[in-house]
Amino acid sequence: MNRSGAGKDRTWLLAVPGVSYLTVLYAIPLGLLLLASFRLPGSFTVAAYVEFFGDPFNWYIIWNTVRTALLTTAISLLIGYPAAFALAWSKGWLQAVFLISLILPLSVGIVVKAFAWTIVLRSDGVLNQLLLFIGVTDEPIRLIFTEAGLIFGAVNVFVPFMIMPIYSVIRLMDPKLPEAASTLGAGPLQVFWKVIVPLTIPGVIAGIAFVFSLALAMYVIPTLLVGERFMTLSQQIARSYLYLRNETLGSTVAVVLLCFSLIVIIASQWLAGKVRANA
Amino acid sequence: MTYTERLARAIVWIVGISVCIYLMAPLFVTVAVSFADSAVFNLPPPSWSFRWYDGLLAKRGFLPSLSLSVQIALISTGISLVLGTLTAIAVVKGRFPGRQAISTFVVSPLMMPGLVVGIALLQFLREIGYRDAYTGLILGHVIVTLPFVMRTVQASLSLFDFNLIDAARTLGLSYPKAVLKVLVPILSPAYLSSGLFAFLASMDNYPISIFLTDARNKTLPIQILEYLEVRPDPTIAAISTLLILLTIIVLVISDRLVGLRRMTDL
Repeated sequence: MNRSGAGKDRTWLLAVPGVSYLTVLYAIPLGLLLLASFRLPGSFTVAAYVEFFGDPFNWYIIWNTVRTALLTTAISLLIGYPAAFALAWSKGWLQAVFLISLILPLSVGIVVKAFAWTIVLRSDGVLNQLLLFIGVTDEPIRLIFTEAGLIFGAVNVFVPFMIMPIYSVIRLMDPKLPEAASTLGAGPLQVFWKVIVPLTIPGVIAGIAFVFSLALAMYVIPTLLVGERFMTLSQQIARSYLYLRNETLGSTVAVVLLCFSLIVIIASQWLAGKVRANA
Repeated sequence: MTYTERLARAIVWIVGISVCIYLMAPLFVTVAVSFADSAVFNLPPPSWSFRWYDGLLAKRGFLPSLSLSVQIALISTGISLVLGTLTAIAVVKGRFPGRQAISTFVVSPLMMPGLVVGIALLQFLREIGYRDAYTGLILGHVIVTLPFVMRTVQASLSLFDFNLIDAARTLGLSYPKAVLKVLVPILSPAYLSSGLFAFLASMDNYPISIFLTDARNKTLPIQILEYLEVRPDPTIAAISTLLILLTIIVLVISDRLVGLRRMTDL
């Protein structure tokens, strides 16, 4: 309002330290990595990419990565969306329990959590004992070292990142709005699709973007829950750098994964902007 | 209430409670295993004991790693709080073009593959001839902790009336004092929650650290994973139980200070 005449606004100066920090230690290094993937000894070439995309095995790795990320995101949304409402509707000690079970698991690292799941999912593990006891199954189901086990562990680690953004938008929602809609004659399904979903969509977009990009890049969870047989882009990157010492392959795969993440970030920003414009 | 509404409510509560159990399950397993008497992870164990806690102190590697991780997490969270607050103020209060781009840029590391960010930073530091693992780890961890601060502080600043600072100045406070007395109290819940998330994200970071550690500077997640590969026994469950306990203490204090409800604005 006051003294905000054009030209006098110097608040941008405050952004300089943070933005320069990330430019030097994050954007420039990523740019150099991108350059390195085009630079074979002596020349500037796309040969590394031609080789990468020419190998069917790499397509298999990409498909593994995208498929598990999609499944993890879909299941996280399916259980995270109702869970966010439970968190928003609950009061008192029940809400405290919900909040604690969202925050406290962050204190146990991904490594330990994935390891705990190996104990639960083993053929003689807790889950199989329980299933046998209830009589759902007659013999232990193979869960660990399977894709189902991987998704089970991944959703467990990432679902809080779906619940929290959705919960934030539910909290801002006027609770009288769905009521008003039904007073005006809208059926429950109509209220859900025409009122609740549009109001919560910004949180849903943020949650999907979070979980999908985290799941695309996950490394520790597949390593511990499935092992070397199941290759993802992240595992290929780690393998190229840490074991094969093949930096050209490593930087090529890294750039491919980077592009996926960039697409997710840009798409989610674009969608969020569109939703804001419509509102 | 119609039948559909009742059904929807039932689904919400059943899913909500199941998700709670599902989220807490690995913690219960970890705590239970840490008190088990056997080295193989049988649940329920044949008998209970404290032997893995006794062993923790005797085992070399864990305590230095824990101390290193805590130091890195504290320092990088501190730097992020300063850089993040400044950037958030600029983005919320400023009227210059490109504010949205800056906000996206600063939050973007949260959604970037950690391994790729780690490799890029490692190669960059190597290129300029920088080799100190300790500061390298701090530099890397600021990148991953900054987004948490930026998001949360930006959200709580967007509800703040900056005229209050001018009002405080009119009442005779110097600019830094006005900021300290008006802005900092309003931001304290945001600081507490983003600080906690940033701290835990740093403590848990594996993908960036793996490229920046050396033999003498191993962070806790790396130490734990290495230990698991060589000799998997409940020692790691014992150290994790201690971390759970520590977080519970922090949560209880935070609840007293600002209330848990305000802690989930991510």
